[in-house]
Order: sequence, then structure tokens, then C-alpha cells
Amino acid sequence: MSTRALKATPTAWLIWAVVVFFFVNLAGVVGSVLVSSFGRRWFDTWVPDGFTTQWYGDAWHEFGLLQVISVTLIASGLVVVLSVLVGAPAAYVLARQDFPGKRLVYLTFLLPILMPPITYGIPLATVLYKFGFAGHLSGVVLANLVPSVPFVILTMTPFIEQVDPKIESAARMLGANTRAVFLRILAPLLVPGLLASAILVLVRTVGMFELTFLTAGPDSQTLVVALYYSMSAAGIRAQQSVDAMAVMYTAMMLVLLVVALRFVNPTQLVARVKEEPE
Amino acid sequence: MSGFGQLRLEGVGRRFGTADALAGLDLTIERGEFIALLGPSGCGKSTALNCLAGLLPLTAGSIWQDEQRIDTLPPEKRGFGMVFQNYALFPHLTVRDNIAFGLRMRRLPKDEVRRRTTAAIEMVRLEEHASKLPGQLSGGQQQRVAIARATVLEPSLVLMDEPLSNLDAKLRLEMRTEIRRLHQSLGLTTVYVTHDQEEALSMADRLVVMREGRVQQIGTPEEVHTTPTTWHVADFMGYRNLLPLAAQSVAGEVVTVPLGGTTIDGVAQGTVAAGEDVVVAVRPEDVKLGNEGLKGLVEVVEYQGRELAVEVVLEDGTRLHARTERKVQAGESVSVAIDPTRLLVYASDRPAAELVTAGLAV
Amino acid sequence: MSQTASWQHRLAERGVDRRLWLLLPATVFVLLLFIYPFLYGLSLSFQPLKGGGALANYQKFFNDAYQRDTIATTLKIALPAALLNVLAAVPIAFRMRGRFRGKRLLTTVLVVPITLGTVLTAQGLLNYLGPTGWFNRILMAVHLIDDPIRLTNNYWGVFFSLIITGFPFAFLLVLSYLSGIDPTLERAAATLGASRAQRFRRITLPLLAPGLATTFLLTFVLAFSVFPSAVLVGNPAGSTRVISLAAYQAAYEQYDYAYASAIAMIMGVVELVVVAIVLLWRSRLYTGSTGGKG
Repeated sequence: MSTRALKATPTAWLIWAVVVFFFVNLAGVVGSVLVSSFGRRWFDTWVPDGFTTQWYGDAWHEFGLLQVISVTLIASGLVVVLSVLVGAPAAYVLARQDFPGKRLVYLTFLLPILMPPITYGIPLATVLYKFGFAGHLSGVVLANLVPSVPFVILTMTPFIEQVDPKIESAARMLGANTRAVFLRILAPLLVPGLLASAILVLVRTVGMFELTFLTAGPDSQTLVVALYYSMSAAGIRAQQSVDAMAVMYTAMMLVLLVVALRFVNPTQLVARVKEEPE
Repeated sequence: MSGFGQLRLEGVGRRFGTADALAGLDLTIERGEFIALLGPSGCGKSTALNCLAGLLPLTAGSIWQDEQRIDTLPPEKRGFGMVFQNYALFPHLTVRDNIAFGLRMRRLPKDEVRRRTTAAIEMVRLEEHASKLPGQLSGGQQQRVAIARATVLEPSLVLMDEPLSNLDAKLRLEMRTEIRRLHQSLGLTTVYVTHDQEEALSMADRLVVMREGRVQQIGTPEEVHTTPTTWHVADFMGYRNLLPLAAQSVAGEVVTVPLGGTTIDGVAQGTVAAGEDVVVAVRPEDVKLGNEGLKGLVEVVEYQGRELAVEVVLEDGTRLHARTERKVQAGESVSVAIDPTRLLVYASDRPAAELVTAGLAV
Repeated sequence: MSQTASWQHRLAERGVDRRLWLLLPATVFVLLLFIYPFLYGLSLSFQPLKGGGALANYQKFFNDAYQRDTIATTLKIALPAALLNVLAAVPIAFRMRGRFRGKRLLTTVLVVPITLGTVLTAQGLLNYLGPTGWFNRILMAVHLIDDPIRLTNNYWGVFFSLIITGFPFAFLLVLSYLSGIDPTLERAAATLGASRAQRFRRITLPLLAPGLATTFLLTFVLAFSVFPSAVLVGNPAGSTRVISLAAYQAAYEQYDYAYASAIAMIMGVVELVVVAIVLLWRSRLYTGSTGGKG
């Protein structure tokens, strides 16, 4: 390994240098937030004057983080459950069957993922306000379902395609009705796929800024939106308590990430659009 | 549910887009029969089986069980059993749970489920493997689970979709006997799909030979084997020598055709007129190497155990496949003789030139 | 009886059966929460708040240079960022497609910025790239510069935030496309006398190209909807006043939902034009099996 690396070509060295440069800067970006959140006072020096954990307590109380975090978890949990319930049966039909207009249906399900959230977020928020959903948790959940349901469909489809349709036929021939086929055969076989898409939707919903931002009211903010407000209102709060809040957000995302990576491959986190079926 | 007098398929068809996968299938299945649907891949035999099972909706015709129309029923309401080509065992359930699945779906009492499952496991001799998952079993064992799972319900009809094609040659022979034994001992009615003519001949009471979505011939193994109704059936039933020729003269059933620089007699199958294009069909076993008959040279010799499969080129360039126990070698001069009653002559459905380009003989 | 049967036959022929009901919840959902709001926004955009013709909102947008320029500003940030992300990802993914120690760790670390999202990245960039941040300090310590260079609250701040979140995304996608190409194809080309460069240009690249188009598209969509970082690390009144910001301000600062919807529609059209161009180019490429698994 090491001898090969030493003999590597100049282009290889260049590529590794770029990668290392990227990671060093990434570490700088994340690290500076982390260091700042523990810093007593940090101004025009390499490291802060001293270290303290007081900012975490401040942030917790000032920003009402208990409420924010519970809203985040409840909203994300609801989005996960609802999007799986709505998305998985649709994914099943799209994976298994050809029918007239299938391409149109597929494209319609694909669009919410291909459009910037702001484009449909603004009209959606307007509609949600009109019917009195926006400003509450329900509005946040409904808005976040828009990209999540298609996302579940796209991540579930390959998992469903892996299950041999003959196995379902066999269950039917043995007298199982549609309900029994789903509950006793498909559900147990699709547990990995269901877990993967649930976890991915969870990570995306916790991190989703635009849609939550457009539909949340004062008491239905998720962590990422609260973070945005505290940052854009800079000057009112100490910089360090904003950093502390950012670190808490990061920690929460990292926990989710560690859990997610037990069930899914890193590439699955990004490769959300499967090539359209032929 | 179980037990019917007969099952009738009337004009059953299945169309995919513009392609007819199956058309105009008329078939009556009597109780206790073993019927084989036979044909090359893509002939519609599996489509027919899936239509019968209810897994594929019909696009034409109807299916009747005695006086009840059943093609509108979903598969789970028909009460048929099915064995799949790749077994389709539930990978997350043990052997026992796989076999008990259908009984549980019928909500039978627990002890009856246990009793019948145990009996089925014993019947297919898998007692030691009852608590294993399908992935831990060999192909033959998986096949036995699939058969037990389908038959434990004592279904009125058992459908089998090429159940032996994934097994090795030795196991296939054993399982053939086993399936036939179960069919008889359990008093089943069986529809069996296969592309293997030997399998169909050895197991079935009646054969349905299919081609391009249509039935070519329905008959007993002997009928289909000795007197195929078309040259396509003959082709499929192992008549390796198919020669596009022109009938020289016809006298009653006897047709004279030119071959190897001389002429030879055969039996007309259907109506054949003098001067018409015909296809002549002969099995390699019926081409005898001897000292009299058509002169030719041995070109290729394949060792096949007790016999040799030989390719002989006649003086007019015609190639004939023959089988012999004589030790011949490539390049040897031989004479071949064909029993006139085993040389079948069919009216050609296409011009001879087209058959030749299609790769038929010569 | 026979009437219903023939009706069923015709439906069966086209693949329509009871299973299609399973599609209903998702379809209703997309219609109610995506299509309907979209159409509602579209019709709203033709009903200007202050009167004028149906197109008044659109005229207002295109007649006002301050608003109109947001399209160019957005494209000026999103296109180079997406392009750089994809182009940088190709050689790196190509080098790392084999197995090596620490690959799993590397890909895991790369996932971190994707999940952090733009808000946290913005906060980090402000600290790290700011005039007293570590980056400027290092450059000054090694005497590359004398005064801190300004990297935040302008175009570059937004650009870097798009690289940090977009590059790992592009890299992981390209890597998965690359590992889908059967490596024996390249070995076959080698036995036919193709050099390293020729193998890449004539075998790998053509098979990878459709994947690159898709990657570019997804990275572009991410970059195009840039919003929080444009406000936080950019210069939201000037060089990074992107179109999503214009739409947001119309809706939540001027409370003119009709105008905001019009801007959202324009935003959607501009994005779809870019998407359509890329898809058109992609449709001319070979997009069949690449011989590998998956």
C-alpha cells in the first residue's frame, strides 16, 4: 500500500492534495463552530481566551430549545410515518406493474424532488395559510411530506424490485388475500428497505430548511429554522450561544447519521433519483 | 372446494399490447388427469398456466369448473395449488412455516395445522430440515418443500411451472418419479408445464403441444410421439431430420420423395399431393446404418454412451442424423436405410426455399 | 355477466387491475399538496394585487432591473458551482473507485456536510473564513497576504458554501455511477491496445456521461435553490441577491403573495429550462446497461 502510494503519478498526488485540502477546510468550518461554542471570549486570536460551557445553558434557555427539539422530533416522526404509509404502496405498484399513463404518474412523483423547494413552497404555504394549516405543526408536516413521499417511492422501488413477484404469486395460490400478502410476506421481506427510506426521510426532514421556514409559526419551528433566525438576528445574542446551538444541531444530525449509516450505504443518502424505468 | 368433475377452458387467450401470448385455447381437464403443456420457450405454455391459476387476467375466453365460471375469481379464491420454477419459497419463513402457510390462511385449528404440516413434511422426507430456512437447503430439498406446500392443502388442481428445470440431471430423474408417485397416491389433478419432451412423455397422461401461443396437438404421449400432426410438433418431439423436399408421387398414404440420388417412400400425414413442397420428418433412431440403402459418408461422430450419434452426408449433399451401436469413424463410407412407416411426410406451410434459409436441414 | 367479463378483459389487456388502488393515496396526496398549490400559485400570479393586466406581475418583475437581475445572479452562482462540483468529482472518484483501506470512513466523512445543511455550513464559514478566522490567519502567518481577504458576505462565501455541501453530494453520486461500470470493459480495451487515457476517453467516459448529466442536474437543483446561505454568508442586498430571496421578500416582507407566486413560477421555468437542456443533451448519449452490477 505505502510503496504503491509513493510511486503514484503526479496527477494522483494532485488529486490527493485536493481531497486533503477539502477535508482540512471542512474540519476548519466545523471545528471553528465547535471551538467558538466553548470559548469564553474569542476576538482576533488563534484560540479563545478561555473555555466554558455556559453558552450551552444560555442557548438552551434563551432559544427555548427543549420546545424546539421536541417540535423537530415530533414533526420529523410524523413525516416519516405518513410518508412511508403513503409512499410504500405507490412504490409497490410502480415497481410491479405497467399501466397506461405510468410514465406520467412517475414524472409527477419525480417533480417535487426536481423542483427547488422555494418554487412550490411559496404557493404551498399560501394554500396552507388559506386553509389554516400553516403556522402550526400540521402545516410543517404537510409541507415536508411533499418531497418526502416521492423520496420514499424512489428509495423503496429498488428494494421492492428485489423481491421475486413469484413469491407473492405463491402466497396468493395458497389462499392469501392482498392484505395477507402485504402483512405476512412483503412487510417482513421489505424491512431493510422500509428502514432505509424511513431513516433517510428523517435525516432530510430534520435538515429541511426552506419548507419548514415557509410554513412554521413561532411555536412550530424546527431546530434548523430556529438556528437560522438566531443567526440572521445577529448582534442581539452572543455569537457563542448561536454557535452552541449550531453544535447541538450538528450533534443531533451526527447521531441520526450514525444510526442511518448502520442501515444504508453512504451513496444512498444522495443517490435519491433512480434512473427512470425503461 | 376440492373435487370437481371437469375443468373447461373455452377460447382462453391473453394478449400483451398487440402480441397474442396465448390464443384460442380449448381444453377439458378430467379429474385425476396428469396433463403436460409442452412447447419451446415463448410458446404460451406458462401464460396458459398463469391464466388458469388466476395470476394473469384473461383477455379472451372463459374458464369453467363444472358449471361455475372461475376466471373472474382471484387466485386465492380458486383453491388451486402451484409449484414454481424457482420454487418461490418464502425466504423469511422456516420449512415448517412455509408448508403451514396455506393452512393458516384458511384459518384451520392449530392442532390440525400442526398435524397436516407434519404429515406433509414426512411425505417429502424433510423431517430433519423442518426448522431450517429455505436458503439453507439444496435445490432438490427446496423443490420438495415447494411441492409439499402446494399439496398439503389437497387442492382440486395442482399447477406446476417447469418445476425441475433448475435441478441437475440425476435429481431431475428422481423428482420425476416422485411427482408422479404423489400425483397417484394423493389422487391429484395436475397440469404440468415443461419444455422437456422426455419429461412430458414420461409423466403425463395427455400432452398439449403448443407453438406461438396456439395449440398444435393434444394427445396421449404415444400419439404425439409416433404421429405428430404437424412438422413443427415433429421438430419438437425429437424428429431431428427435417428435410424440405418435393413429393414425386402419391399413392394413397404412401408418398415417394427423392433422396440421396434415388427415391424413398414415406407415410403422408394429412393430405399431400404430388409435385407439392413437403417436409419429411425422421427420428435419428429410425435411420439405420447398414449395408444396403442410401450411400453416404460419415462426417461427425459423437460418443453418447451406449450409442453413437452420427451425421451422414448422402451423395446429393443431404445431411442425415442417425444413431448406431456400430463403431464407425468419421470419413467412413456407409449405407443408411429408413423404415417407410417411420418416415413422415407433411404438407409444407412455407416454400422450400424459405425453409432452407430458416436453417432447416441440408 | 358477459358484459362485465369483456370489460374486464379489455382492462386486463392494458394492465389495469385492482392493485392500482394502492396508487390512490400517493396520487391524491401529490394532487392536493403539489399540483393544486402549484396551479393555485399560477392562477394567483395572474391576479396582481394592485390591478393591471393579468401579466402585470410578470411585467413588474422584468421591468425592474433590481428584480430581473436576480435570474442572472442565481445562474452566475449555481451554474459554476454545479459544474465545478461535477468536474472535480470525476478524477477523484475515478482514482478512488477501487477498494482501499479507509474508503468507508472517507465516504462517511463526506456525508457529514450533506447532512449539516446550508445553515450550519454558513455559520461555520462565517467563523472560519471571516477576517479574523483561521483561514486568513494561516495565510497571513505564512506571509501569503498582508491583509485579510474578504471571503464572506459576498459572492465567494455563497460559492464556498455550495462547494462544501455540493461537492460530497456530486462525488458520492459519481462514485456510485463509476462502480456500476464493469471494470472488465476497460481491461478488454487494454488488451486491444488502448492506453490509459484512451481507455478513459473512449470507454469509461461515454458510459459515465449520462450519470454525469444526472449528477450535474441534481447538484444544480441544490445550488439553484440556494437561500439561507445567500442571506447568511452572502451579500443579500447585492451580489448574492438570488431569485429565491426575491420571492421570499415579496411574500413575507411585502405580503404580496400574487407577486411572490409570479416570481416562484419564473424561478421554476428558469430551472426547468436548464434541466430540459441537460436532459436533451443526455438523451443523445448511450444510456443502456453499463455491464456492472446496479
